[in-house]
Amino acid sequence: MPEVPVDVAIVGAGPAGVAAGIGAREAGAKEVLVLERDWDLGGILQQCIHPGFGLRTFKEELTGPEFMHRWIERAHGAGVRFSTNTMVFSMDDDGSLWTMNPHRGIEHVVPKAVVLAMGCRERPAGAIKLTGTRGAGIYTAGTAQRFVNMEGLLPGKRVVILGSGDIGLIMARRMIWEGAEVEGVYEIMPWAGGLRRNVAQCLDDFHIPFHLEHAVLSTHGRDRLEGVTVAKIDAQRRPVEGTERYVPCDTLLLAVGLIPENELSRMAGVAIHPGTGGPVVNQFLQTSKPQIFAAGNVVIVYDLADNVSDEGMRAGRNAALYAAGDLPCGGRRFEIKGGKAVRLFSPQWITDGGDATVFFRVVRPFECRCKVFADHGLFSQTHRYARPGEMNEVHLSARDLRSLDPGVTSLTVDVEEV
Amino acid sequence: MTRTHTFLCVSCPVGCSLTVEEEEGVLVAVSGESCPRGRRYAETELKDPRRTFAGTVAVSGGALPVCPVRSRGGIPKGLLADVARAVSQVVVEAPIVIGQVVIADVCGSGIDITASRSLGGRP
Repeated sequence: MPEVPVDVAIVGAGPAGVAAGIGAREAGAKEVLVLERDWDLGGILQQCIHPGFGLRTFKEELTGPEFMHRWIERAHGAGVRFSTNTMVFSMDDDGSLWTMNPHRGIEHVVPKAVVLAMGCRERPAGAIKLTGTRGAGIYTAGTAQRFVNMEGLLPGKRVVILGSGDIGLIMARRMIWEGAEVEGVYEIMPWAGGLRRNVAQCLDDFHIPFHLEHAVLSTHGRDRLEGVTVAKIDAQRRPVEGTERYVPCDTLLLAVGLIPENELSRMAGVAIHPGTGGPVVNQFLQTSKPQIFAAGNVVIVYDLADNVSDEGMRAGRNAALYAAGDLPCGGRRFEIKGGKAVRLFSPQWITDGGDATVFFRVVRPFECRCKVFADHGLFSQTHRYARPGEMNEVHLSARDLRSLDPGVTSLTVDVEEV
Repeated sequence: MTRTHTFLCVSCPVGCSLTVEEEEGVLVAVSGESCPRGRRYAETELKDPRRTFAGTVAVSGGALPVCPVRSRGGIPKGLLADVARAVSQVVVEAPIVIGQVVIADVCGSGIDITASRSLGGRP
């Protein structure tokens, strides 16, 4: 079997992987190879054709393909090597990768350090309680997005959307611009899953009804979807009697959440966090296997591509340092804990070997002035709100961590009303 | 007479709720914004609301059957449906270069529609 030795190998050429390649090259790694299963670079952002990307990085609103174009140009300039049409089908516990490519066959890529950048997948119909028939016309919002934006196919003419994640909201507007009708968006929670601006510009602009605390109970239609039954639900998520309504439609789009894609991580024995569904990492984006790093939506699902590419850069840089034996390791270790208002957070542990940013999501909206903080007086910032759809950040300096009382072994991040 | 409107600023992911006071079409006061873009958004939203359009055009001989395109600026809201129709009627020949003008001055808006990606020919 041909062995391909490299300094840093990266799995996936989306926003995390491309940026990781740049980070690794800029930190001095000689051979940096990004493995991509698709024929093209850019990952899922190639189908996210709406503007809204890169405001932080490039100070302008780019579409997904434009955002990736800039990163890919920069990666080529930095000397990152890419291998497209290359499926990584297995990873050993030493971090080496088994790949398949139509021209080169099966190869064993043996890196000194790896960055996992596989991104995430959509929660499918099978993962939610949806009774009824399974006629054609039931898709995840992202699948429909691929049909429309990359394959030029319209999934249907009369659409119901279940869930209000950003992809679902964006697809509502997209289907309208393609001439379809969107009957409504149904969300089981009492608040929107996606950004408020997407509710405004994708639903309100087109007078699309948005039903909070509503569920799709059942689907109808044998070969093709003919309609769905919707109902209001109570606090226990049970349908409220008398509110059931039959809605004729030929398409049901699901925008009910994203799940980090970690089959490879599991094969290599990388520890997965039950809350995030991604690898347990420290502030260097290092997983439970020291030579394996991870970045972007494979770790925790972000709302902004800017966060994903920033994290990619950092993971790539740290992987290059590790490959050269220069990554600071050891030092005091602190477990990160989420307080009462925290649903998910990353990283899960940090050391005093470097500054750290902890990202976290809240369990419910705080539509009031509130304090985002870490205990022991390490960080506190007042915000005008905190919302489940938007990641919060806590910044910790290595110097402050080193001056903590020797008895401190864990740090809690949280949000409180002020 | 002063009238009060509430807008949700779409300039960035924060999505500030703006309270906008207007007198005979002229903006008097804005509150609720957290950066200068909020006021600018309120001004255009009051006088001439605009949105960026993004869609796809059909491609002949390309690696993909469609290519993503965008407007190079805000399109007046009332023209968006016409722009969507105009874009759906265009066929562009591959290869396509990112930034290439696909429709100049779309629907007389003064705004160009350009390609959002480069696309090579069918392999």
